[in-house]
Amino acid sequence: MNTESTTQPVIEARQLDLTFQTNDGPIHALKDVNLTVDKGEFVSFIGPSGCGKTTFLRCIAALETPTGGTLTVNGMTPDEARRNRAYGYVFQAAGLYPWRTIAKNIKLPLEIMGYSTTEQNERVRSVLELVDLEGFGGKFPWQLSGGMQQRASIARALAFDADILLMDEPFGALDEIVRDHLNEQLLALWARTEKTIGFVTHSIPEAVYLSTKIVVMSPRPGRITDVIDSPLPKERPLDIRDTPEFIEVAHRVREGLRAGHADDE
Amino acid sequence: MNDGFKAFWAVLTVLAVIVVFWYAACIPMNIKGVLTEQERAGAEVQPPSAKDRRDMSEFGLVLNNSFAIPATWEQDRPRLPAPHQVAVEMWETTVQKKITSKRSLIYHGWVTLSATILGFVIGTGLGVLLAVGIVHSRVMDLSVMPWAIVSQTIPIIALAPMIIVVLYSVGIQGIIPKAVISAYLSFFPVVVGMVKGLRSPDAMQLDLLRTYSASRSQGFWKLRLPASMPYLFTSLKIGIAASLVGAIVGELPTGAVAGLGARLLAGSYYGQTVQIWSALFAAAILAACLVGLLGLVERKVLKRMGMAQ
Repeated sequence: MNTESTTQPVIEARQLDLTFQTNDGPIHALKDVNLTVDKGEFVSFIGPSGCGKTTFLRCIAALETPTGGTLTVNGMTPDEARRNRAYGYVFQAAGLYPWRTIAKNIKLPLEIMGYSTTEQNERVRSVLELVDLEGFGGKFPWQLSGGMQQRASIARALAFDADILLMDEPFGALDEIVRDHLNEQLLALWARTEKTIGFVTHSIPEAVYLSTKIVVMSPRPGRITDVIDSPLPKERPLDIRDTPEFIEVAHRVREGLRAGHADDE
Repeated sequence: MNDGFKAFWAVLTVLAVIVVFWYAACIPMNIKGVLTEQERAGAEVQPPSAKDRRDMSEFGLVLNNSFAIPATWEQDRPRLPAPHQVAVEMWETTVQKKITSKRSLIYHGWVTLSATILGFVIGTGLGVLLAVGIVHSRVMDLSVMPWAIVSQTIPIIALAPMIIVVLYSVGIQGIIPKAVISAYLSFFPVVVGMVKGLRSPDAMQLDLLRTYSASRSQGFWKLRLPASMPYLFTSLKIGIAASLVGAIVGELPTGAVAGLGARLLAGSYYGQTVQIWSALFAAAILAACLVGLLGLVERKVLKRMGMAQ
């Protein structure tokens, strides 16, 4: 990665803190989180449940408000960044509207943002091609497999051409073979679009295979225990997972996870 | 045998059991009246004394006078009319009467149906509006919902005469008071169903709209309203049946002029049980048709929306 560039970081968190007030007392979801993400990076957040990886992603998307520290997205507050359509968000479930066809589902953000009909059709066509779903625009979600639905939801997040793609365990509910296939496609898509991707997962191979940067997190309080810059090349066939470099990175991630866990068990 | 055929036979079997049970029930129900008639006609009945018969159980009388059993299905004013008597009455008052006749069940059915539909439309409109308000405003949720629930705990039979009297005193009569009572009964299921339906989108769906910075009205038209459709149709089916009950109840205190409720009331004034039962069946058939019709619309709409396969 070209880290020499003088452009500002896409995502920058400094001393980020988030405490939820619940009936059982305060929960320290994020503590002292420092992270810089540069343009074009593929960053994975990995850790056990409760480590704050999803919460951190939601903070970037302005779906949660941090209680301390600073967080900027494209140099703006997360709220401003959202209004400037800085990111597309992909949830764990595809969440397509069952009453809309795939094409109409992808149009949903475009309708809300006020794109013209011709522009909408043009963008639907191009993102369907991007996720390999040409010809499925007229189908209803129930007519598609789980993997295809998730691809459609990625297309929906890409439709308004935001620079950042935030993905919260998007392939968590899919079986391993489909997941491998989608991981490959996601890398190809990332290479074509040069977007900055934030990706939450709890699968070590998935994180190592996809990322240029792996952020290892641990729970109670949610914090970053390790940030690993991947030495793997940008070109990654699936069998890169059998190379010594891959196994070494995976090992370091596993060590990081174990260290985070040892504290409280 | 395919499933449709099996279902057909199952329905027919249940129907046959009901009819057999009904005919059987007519025998003890009507035996005392029949024996009195037979005695007057000169037949020998056991025991001969009317006083003794009064103290005997119906089943004992049937055993003693089995010759009288067929007559229990043919009385003019039976306690319980036999199925074929109701069927004949319904045939005569629908097919064989002009629709304009005051004795036509179709005429009375239409009077009730028109009030039902008007009340249903008002009730549904009101229910949807209230639900939209309740979902969007915490104040309305807290202030309107308890009253909507309380409104349904008051027996409609007690409230209906008051609604009619109050509306009459301000010069409103005819179809409107009945429709108001129908609306009063039918708005509630629509409110409850629509509130649930409008709230049915999960947190993820709402978060998704937030990532687009969507406005509240965009959220309503693009997410909440379409998501509520299956709930709305379920409510409408309950609502239309409640509307029919409301219209019939609304006809009772008006002095039994016209409508299925009027037929019920007139029948009970004059001991015309056959007329009561045929009005009851007319109401049941009407309700079944209305619910069936809504079911058809539901299937069409949801299919068009892609929500039914």
